[in-house]
Amino acid sequence: MSKKPVQKQEVETTGHSWDGIEEYNNPLPRWWLWTFYLCIIWGIGYTIAYPAWPMINSATAGVMGWSTRANVANDIAAVEEANAPINAKLESVELTAIASDADLNSYAVSAGSAVFKTWCAQCHGSGAAGAVGYPNLLDDDWLWGGSVEEIHETVTVGIRNTENDDARYSEMPAFGRDELLEAAEIDQVVNFVMSLSGEPQDASQVAAGAVVFEDNCSSCHAEDATGDRAQGAPNLADAIWLYGGDYAAIAESVNNARFGVMPPWDSRLTEAQIRAVSVYVHQLGGGE
Amino acid sequence: MSNYIKLIALGLIALFAAMGINYARDVAYMVHAVIVLLVSGGLFIWTLRKTDEAGGLLDLSGEYMDDVVRYGVIATAFWGVVGFLAGTFIAFQLAFPGLNFEWAQGYANFGRLRPLHTSAVIFAFGGNALIATSFYVVQRTSAARLWGGNLAWFVFWGYQLFIVLAATGYLLGGTQSKEYAEPEWYVDLWLTVVWVAYLAVFLGTIIKRKEPHIYVANWFYLSFIVTVAMLHVVNNLTIPVSIWGSKSVIVWPGVQDAMVQWWYGHNAVGFFLTAGFLGMMYYFIPKQAERPVFSYKLSIIHFWALIFIYIWAGPHHLHYTALPDWASTLGMVFSVVLWMPSWGGMINGLMTLSGAWDKLRTDPIIRMMVISVGFYGMSTFEGPMMSIRAVNSLSHYTDWTIGHVHSGALGWNGMITFGALYFLVPVLWKRDRLYSLKLVNYHFWLATIGIVLYAASMWVTGIMEGLMWREVDANGFLVNSFADTVAAKFPMYVVRGLGGVLYLTGAIIMCYNLWMTVRKAPAKEASLSVAVPAE
Repeated sequence: MSKKPVQKQEVETTGHSWDGIEEYNNPLPRWWLWTFYLCIIWGIGYTIAYPAWPMINSATAGVMGWSTRANVANDIAAVEEANAPINAKLESVELTAIASDADLNSYAVSAGSAVFKTWCAQCHGSGAAGAVGYPNLLDDDWLWGGSVEEIHETVTVGIRNTENDDARYSEMPAFGRDELLEAAEIDQVVNFVMSLSGEPQDASQVAAGAVVFEDNCSSCHAEDATGDRAQGAPNLADAIWLYGGDYAAIAESVNNARFGVMPPWDSRLTEAQIRAVSVYVHQLGGGE
Repeated sequence: MSNYIKLIALGLIALFAAMGINYARDVAYMVHAVIVLLVSGGLFIWTLRKTDEAGGLLDLSGEYMDDVVRYGVIATAFWGVVGFLAGTFIAFQLAFPGLNFEWAQGYANFGRLRPLHTSAVIFAFGGNALIATSFYVVQRTSAARLWGGNLAWFVFWGYQLFIVLAATGYLLGGTQSKEYAEPEWYVDLWLTVVWVAYLAVFLGTIIKRKEPHIYVANWFYLSFIVTVAMLHVVNNLTIPVSIWGSKSVIVWPGVQDAMVQWWYGHNAVGFFLTAGFLGMMYYFIPKQAERPVFSYKLSIIHFWALIFIYIWAGPHHLHYTALPDWASTLGMVFSVVLWMPSWGGMINGLMTLSGAWDKLRTDPIIRMMVISVGFYGMSTFEGPMMSIRAVNSLSHYTDWTIGHVHSGALGWNGMITFGALYFLVPVLWKRDRLYSLKLVNYHFWLATIGIVLYAASMWVTGIMEGLMWREVDANGFLVNSFADTVAAKFPMYVVRGLGGVLYLTGAIIMCYNLWMTVRKAPAKEASLSVAVPAE
C-alpha cells in the first residue's frame, strides 16, 4: 500500500506485508489482559469449590460439597415433607367432604391443576375444553358420571384400556361394517338422531329412523336417547357431540363405531394426586 | 495414464452405485445411489471424451487460480438464499402449524426441514464461503498458486456433492439424528475424503508460499480445517447396519455419545463458525479499510488462547443432564475463560478501523463488516454468560438459545460473508466497482433490522418460556402446562418470521447486485491475478 497509515501515537508495524496488509506492533490492551487473568483466577477458584477435575476412578468433589443430584433430591424432599400432612388428610377424608374444607379444597385444586397440566392436557387440552374424540370437561355432559366419586373412579381405572382389569368398558357394535343394518336403515337412523337435537335433517327418513333406533340403539342410549352412564353411552338428544354432529360424523359412528380409550392412572399417580385432579376437574364447572 | 486410472475408478464407483440402486434397503440410500451413478457415469463419459486431447501445456504456476474461487462465490450466494428461504419457511411453520401440509408429511414437515435449514446455512453457505475465501486469501497472502492442480476443483465439486447428498438424505429420512452431524455413514466418509483433499490443497499452498511468514488469517483457516477433520471423524464413528442401507449405529454408548456429540457440536461453532470466519475477518477488514491490523501481539495470543480453550467448552450443552457434575463444571469454566480470547478478535477487527472511522459514513461494506464484528462480540459475551449453570437452568431448551445462535449466525457469519462477497466479486470478475452501493446500503439495513427482530423476539420468548416452565405455586406445584407456553409464544414467532423475511430480502438484493456487477459494472484494466510477493 502506498498510502501511509495515519496514527496519533506512532506505533511501528512489524515490517511484514501480505498482499498489502501490514500489522501494527501494538501491545495487548491492558483491560483485556487483566480481565483474561481474572477469568483464569476465578476459574481456578471455581474448580476448587465445585466438582471439577477428573482423577483415575472419580473426580474432585469440590470443597462446597455441591451436587446437582443431591440438590434436586433435597428440593423434592422438602416439598414432599411440607405437603405430607395435607396429603395424608387428602387421602383419608371422604371425597365429598373435600369441597367443604376450604384449605383442603384450595390445596387439592392447585395440586390437581398441576397434575392435569402435566398428564391430562395432552388429550383434554390445557384448559380442559377437550377436542374431537376427547371429552370437554368444562360442561355438564358426562359419559361416565360427573360426581367427584365417579370422576375419581374414571381417573383411577381409565376407560377401555388393557392395563387395568377394572377399567370402565363398553363397546358399540359397528352396525355398517358388520352388516347389522342395511345402508338405508343407517341413513334413516342417522337422520332420526339428527332430528333429536334439531340438526338439519331429511325429515322423510325420521319416522323410519325412529323405528330403527327403537330396535337397535335404545337398549344402550335409552328410549328417549338420553344415554346411559352405566355403560358410558352418550346422550344423543343434546347438541353436544364428541366426534361431531354432522351427517358424516354420525354415519361414521354408526357404521364403524367408536372406541375411545383413556389410560388408568393408579399405576402412575399417588392416591393424593388422583384425588386432587378429580377435585380439580369436578370444580371446573360441570361437576355434579 | 492418470486418465485410465480415473476411468477405472469411476467405472467401479458407477457399477457399485448401480448395484446399490438394486439392493437398496431404504429410499434415501436408493436415491443417493442414483445420484452417485449419474455423477460418476457423467464423469466417466467426460473423462473418456477428453482422453485423447492434448494436455494443457500452458504454465499457469505464476497465476492465481481464481476460477474455483469464482465458482465458490456463486455457490455461497446460491446456498445462502436456499438456507435463508428454508429458515424463513420453518419459522412460519412454527407460528402457523398448518404450513406442515398434510400431503408433504414425511418430506417437508418441520422435523425434516429443520436440519435442511441448519446444514444449508452452516455447511452449504458458511462452508462454501470458507472454502472460497480461504482459497483466495491463502493464494494472495502466500503469493502462490493453489497447490495440487485440479485438486481444488475436486474439493469444490466434492463438497457440493456432499451438500446434495446431505440435503436429499434429510428429506427422505436418512439421518443419524445427531445435531449438525445428521448425514449418514457413507456421506460422512465422502466428506472425509473431500476434507483431507482440502487440507492438502491449503497446506500445500502454505508450504510453497513466497512470503517469509504465514499471515494470521491462514493460522485461523488452518486450525479450522484441521480441527473440523478431527471432530467430524470422532463424532461419526458409526458401524453401518448394512452396506446397502443408510442406517448406522454409533460406537459411543449413552452419555459418552452425548458428550462426544456436543464436543463436536460446540466446536463446529468454535472452529467452523468462529476460527474459520476470523480468518475471513483478518483478511477482508484490513483490505477493505486499507489499514494495518491493530496488533500482531494480540492476534498471536488470542489465536492460541482461543483454540486451546474452545475445545473444552462443549459440556455446557449438557448442564443438568446425565453428564457428571465435574464435566459440566469444566465446560462452564472453560466457556467463561474463553470470553477474552474471543474478544481479542473483536478488538483487532474494530481497532483496525481506528483512523478510518470516517469510512463508516461512505462505505456500506465497511459498515457491514463492523456490525458483523459487533455481533461477534455480543454473541461471544452472551455464550459464556449462558454457559454459567445458574443462567443455563433458565435459558436451556428455550428459544433464547435459538436467538443466541442466530445473532451469531446472521450477525457475525452472515454479515462478514456478505462483506467478503462484495469485496471479492469486483476483484474476481475484474470490475472497477460494484454495480450499486445504494443496494448494498439497502441490504445492510434490511439485514440489520431483520437480525434485531429475530434476536429480540427470541430473547422475549426464551426468557418468558423459561420463567413459565419453572413457575410453581406456594405448595410447589407447576402453574403452566407446556401448551400454555407454546400459545404464549405465538406473537413473537410471527415477529421472528418477519425478521427472516427481511434478512432473506436483503440477501436476494445482494445476489441481484452481484449479478449486475458481473454483467454491467465497468471493467478494470489492470490484472490482479499474477502472483507477486508483497515484499
